[in-house]
Amino acid sequence: MTDFLGTNFPILEAEVIGEDLTSYWIAAPDIVHAYGPGQFVIIRLDEEGERIPLTIVDVDRERGALQLIVQAVGRTTAQMALLKAGDTILDVVGPLGEAIPIEKKDDAFVIVGGGVGIAPIYPKAKALKDAGNRVITIIGARTKDLLMLVDAMEAVSDEFHLMTDDGSAGRKGLVTEPLDEVLGREGTVAEVIAVGPPIMMKFCTLTALEHDAPVLVSLNPIMIDGTGMCGGCRVSLGDEVKFACVDGPCFDGAKIDWEEMMTRLGAYKAEEKEAMDHWCRIRDGAAAEGKKA
Amino acid sequence: MNDDKLPDCCENADCCGNGEKKRQKKEVELTPYGRIRRKGKRERVSVPMPEQEPLVRAKNFDEVPLGYMAEMAMQEAQRCFQCKGERARCVPNCPVGINIPKFLDEVAEGDFQAAIMTVMEDNLLPAICGRVCPQEEQCQMECIGGKRGEPAMIGRLERFVADWYAVHGEKPEPMTPPEGAQKVAVVGSGPSGLTAAADLAKKGYDVTIFEALHRPGGVLVYGIPEFRLPKRIIDREVENIKLLGVKIYLNAMIGKLFTVDTLMNEKGFEAVYLGVGAGLPYMMNVAGKNLKGVYTANEFLSRVNLMKSYEFPKSPTPLKVGENVAVVGGGNVAMDSVRTALRIGAENVHLVYRRSEAEMPARNEEIHHAKEEGVQFHLLTNPVELIGDDDGHVRAVKCVKMELGEPDDSGRRRPVVIEGSEHELLADNFVFAIGQGPNPILPATTPGLKTDKWGCFLVDDSQMTSIPGVFAGGDITGGATVITAMGDGRTAANGIDRYLTARREEAEAVRQ
Repeated sequence: MTDFLGTNFPILEAEVIGEDLTSYWIAAPDIVHAYGPGQFVIIRLDEEGERIPLTIVDVDRERGALQLIVQAVGRTTAQMALLKAGDTILDVVGPLGEAIPIEKKDDAFVIVGGGVGIAPIYPKAKALKDAGNRVITIIGARTKDLLMLVDAMEAVSDEFHLMTDDGSAGRKGLVTEPLDEVLGREGTVAEVIAVGPPIMMKFCTLTALEHDAPVLVSLNPIMIDGTGMCGGCRVSLGDEVKFACVDGPCFDGAKIDWEEMMTRLGAYKAEEKEAMDHWCRIRDGAAAEGKKA
Repeated sequence: MNDDKLPDCCENADCCGNGEKKRQKKEVELTPYGRIRRKGKRERVSVPMPEQEPLVRAKNFDEVPLGYMAEMAMQEAQRCFQCKGERARCVPNCPVGINIPKFLDEVAEGDFQAAIMTVMEDNLLPAICGRVCPQEEQCQMECIGGKRGEPAMIGRLERFVADWYAVHGEKPEPMTPPEGAQKVAVVGSGPSGLTAAADLAKKGYDVTIFEALHRPGGVLVYGIPEFRLPKRIIDREVENIKLLGVKIYLNAMIGKLFTVDTLMNEKGFEAVYLGVGAGLPYMMNVAGKNLKGVYTANEFLSRVNLMKSYEFPKSPTPLKVGENVAVVGGGNVAMDSVRTALRIGAENVHLVYRRSEAEMPARNEEIHHAKEEGVQFHLLTNPVELIGDDDGHVRAVKCVKMELGEPDDSGRRRPVVIEGSEHELLADNFVFAIGQGPNPILPATTPGLKTDKWGCFLVDDSQMTSIPGVFAGGDITGGATVITAMGDGRTAANGIDRYLTARREEAEAVRQ
């Protein structure tokens, strides 16, 4: 099983940017060429690997490289955290999903990013700003070390709010607080775009609806192929069932059945822990072997 | 001619009839396996193929039938009547038209290299077809041997020669496309795409296959389980196709990474074959369909086959099954799902189907295997609701009993609900195996590509779509089996050849 085209993607840069957070630039010229903001890739690290979806954070068209920001939370992301510049990722498939439409609107866009959701929201904020829109940004995380892209986000924003749960950076509190204030003040907005943990997107949606503001969220459900074939990523929008991989990943937050979506996301909690423990034992075993040698 | 080798009865070389000599040779010549050809009466029953015991195999992922040994294959091949010309019904009943009497004769002679070469003239995926083709409805259906006994077991013999070739056969030298060859893109590396690619490479085109997943093989890899078609067999057939000079580009979702238009207008491909399969699973619109533990067959089988979840946690993709698993459907995919559920540890596996066994689209062999392994069949039964527990996980399935009424459009008797027949089956997992349809990505990104009301691509007799130079076949043009998909691939390869030849000649005419 050798010499296939479209495999072994070189990592050009790997930089730790926060607690368990790594930013990668990966050479994938064909994907970069076809990319639009909001799209994602599915990666598989090696022959044994699982397929995980990751949003494309940014692209460098000159180098033909795409940026991914990964938080080490499970087996594959922890394994990925060990990769350095010069290593390769076996499979990267994309760009998947629908890009969000980028238009110039009279009213402002309100961009809300929570925790690891700041990475996927950055390309949308940037594209909207580049199209000449007024962009109001709110980002937040549990604590300072979990924030990312603070300067980059501020650079593409006309108005910028920084929040942490513990007050270690910016203002203390949840992202829904400034969202409520901004929507109250603005009256009408073009759209609220919220990306982050499901519970944060759910409450951003509720806040937006209180102000009759349209709200777009980006979902990250369990996915296998990412091509619309398996249906594992299905979400209910009202009476309709949609596949996040081909119909999304961005959907109208007001229509999403959040309870179902969050329940499905937790379907493999026990197995995710087991896979992580299994891999940690192998990693630690290998490290111990290395020390002995 | 060497006179020393002539039979003793020959006074001189001129008087010795060729047939006589041939017969003489057959009677005395020992094959490499020491058997004398065609001695005694033809057996009416076939040589049985050894297989794993049902209760043993129901707990492992190893292949169920173990295949013939050389002697068995030769003995079975001798059962062929060697019908000539039009009387050999096996050949027209094979969607790719393999010269079956010739290859069976060669097996009977013990000349397995010749036999595999005969097969591979028309079919480059013999190890796969030998395993998954419905031979009982094709080559073996009208076999004369079947009139008063069993037909010759053509599928088992095809499998045998393919497996023999992998170990002992002489492989051809790797080929590269000739200088300046016209480029053809094949989208999808399932049976249809692989066949089209192989045929086109043999005709001298420069072929690249684009596959969306990380492994070539399409449905053969993600859909058909290891115990029916081991992955190493697919890898082997793919390697054979690469030897013809075909390039394979993985992780390439056409419609996303490149559009059909990009392939033709930027990447230099003069024709495209779309063998993209049925990439959209169907689900019943019943309450509870999105509970945890409820899968489409595509997801259930992909987790196991493509992602090897039976090796969890070594392979990090999990598939959690409980004690009770229920699958709805009556086709081969449903059979693959129930048999897979047993193998990953379910104790009670229920197959729920709304018609009777006679209407099941699955192959008899698959139904038989599933029953032998202990799958519980609930026929004339239909699920109406999936019931969840407090954690949002499926716990049971509510079903109704059905009876058969008047025939419907498909000619099968329409199932009608029996009032008051509601009952529950315990199910920790539930799988929808009720079919799949065309994935919408390509039509959405390919302006001018015409589809029918189900989204299947419309094609002409040469498999050309509504866009000149763009061909399609297999599941994407309507439901297909592995072999009919291959047949489409072959028809399309011929169509592409004619199309590109015409283009080439036109270009030359302009130059002159």
